[in-house]
Amino acid sequence: MIHDFTYLRPGNVKEALAMLAQHRDGAKIICGGQSLLIIMRQGLVVTEYLVDIKGLDELNYLIYDPRAGLKIGATTTHRTIEKSLLIKEKYPVLVAMEEKLASIQVRNWGTIGGNLAHADAAGDPAPVLIALNATVTIASSAGGRSVPLEEFYPGLFETVLSPDELVTEVLVPPPPAHTATAYQKFNLLESDQGIVAVAVSLSVGDAGICRDARIVLGNAAPIPIRAKNAERLLIGNKLNEEIFTKAGETAGGEADPVADIHASEDYRRHLIAVLTKRMTKEAWEQACQV
Amino acid sequence: MEKQLLRFYVNDQEYELFINPKTLLVEALRDHLGFAGTKRGCDTASCGVCTVIVNGMAVKGCSVLAVQVNGMNITTVEGLEKEGKLDPVQAAFLDEGAFQCGFCTSGMIMSARAFLNETPAPKDTMEIRRGIEGNLCRCTGYNSIVRAIDAVAKGKYREGA
Repeated sequence: MIHDFTYLRPGNVKEALAMLAQHRDGAKIICGGQSLLIIMRQGLVVTEYLVDIKGLDELNYLIYDPRAGLKIGATTTHRTIEKSLLIKEKYPVLVAMEEKLASIQVRNWGTIGGNLAHADAAGDPAPVLIALNATVTIASSAGGRSVPLEEFYPGLFETVLSPDELVTEVLVPPPPAHTATAYQKFNLLESDQGIVAVAVSLSVGDAGICRDARIVLGNAAPIPIRAKNAERLLIGNKLNEEIFTKAGETAGGEADPVADIHASEDYRRHLIAVLTKRMTKEAWEQACQV
Repeated sequence: MEKQLLRFYVNDQEYELFINPKTLLVEALRDHLGFAGTKRGCDTASCGVCTVIVNGMAVKGCSVLAVQVNGMNITTVEGLEKEGKLDPVQAAFLDEGAFQCGFCTSGMIMSARAFLNETPAPKDTMEIRRGIEGNLCRCTGYNSIVRAIDAVAKGKYREGA
């Protein structure tokens, strides 16, 4: 049963920030609530004040600028991202990721800002957005700051947000030349979270050499992590089947997975190795064509 | 806790409720307004039996605070029948026998309705299956459900057809 709370509905971002500054630890933010309401019902989250930002249309936008990149307002729903032709053209991996995130009903109401701030290690968007080198724009009544998404999660279900801060935007830089990103999660039911997930972004440089690599593992540790040793195997090399396999094995070793009812630790490492190999290969083949 | 005023439209009729803000949409519809066609199942956004259409979008009523739909238009399964005539999806479910225990039916029909509104001509039955991905039928009667939706998509229930 959900514990009682006082409901606050700010009319704009400024009001929302003032409410957070006033109530600090006593307040929780709800947007789509697709994760929050479940854990509130389980009694895991009890709050005195609930600040509802779902209706803040000033944070509901998608803007693409060739120099700045893609700006996604925090209250933009997953479904809006999924259906965006602009995103399909510029960042197809985001559309592919969204199509497999939970179910249509959840994507219709749930938002990108809420998903990232919920800080579930098994969330789909974070690994992909980290592979795309995204940053999170944060506001408070005292000012604002920008944090690379890679540095946004200090621990399991934790973010760097202070109680008076609000995620307002996700900024995805413009796709670098000759770069492609691939994402896959392993799950038994289509609309489940991934038992593990792997996002790989690769750039091809002169003479067919791998210029840059970002490999991000989801649900493979308490937070989304980069498999940096695996990345190092790729950078500066021409890639082939042998290197893909080696990168996969290395990534499996870099993971710090839990054992739970879905999979043992060893099985998760195995899955990470397989998915990293496949996604590295897929991203490479795509990057060689763009 | 301070009660909140919720003013919204359910099946084209305006309602006002004065409710505890923790009230879920499915609770407002079932317990406060008596629209018991919307079922309550897993309560964890997994099963989809609580699916209703909010401003044209299928959502799970167990995972939305009722106060969040203030001013919005809700359609429940009770709102599909128009002037004594079943919605084509309802008629097709009957014709195809797309029921076993029936508990998933209203949520399934609402997802199917929202899906067909968005995608009147699905390219294959896989697309239909993806359209009802958020709804579980524990009797596993999916084939007849997909056949029913496919029949509507193919125009079998169009006026004059």
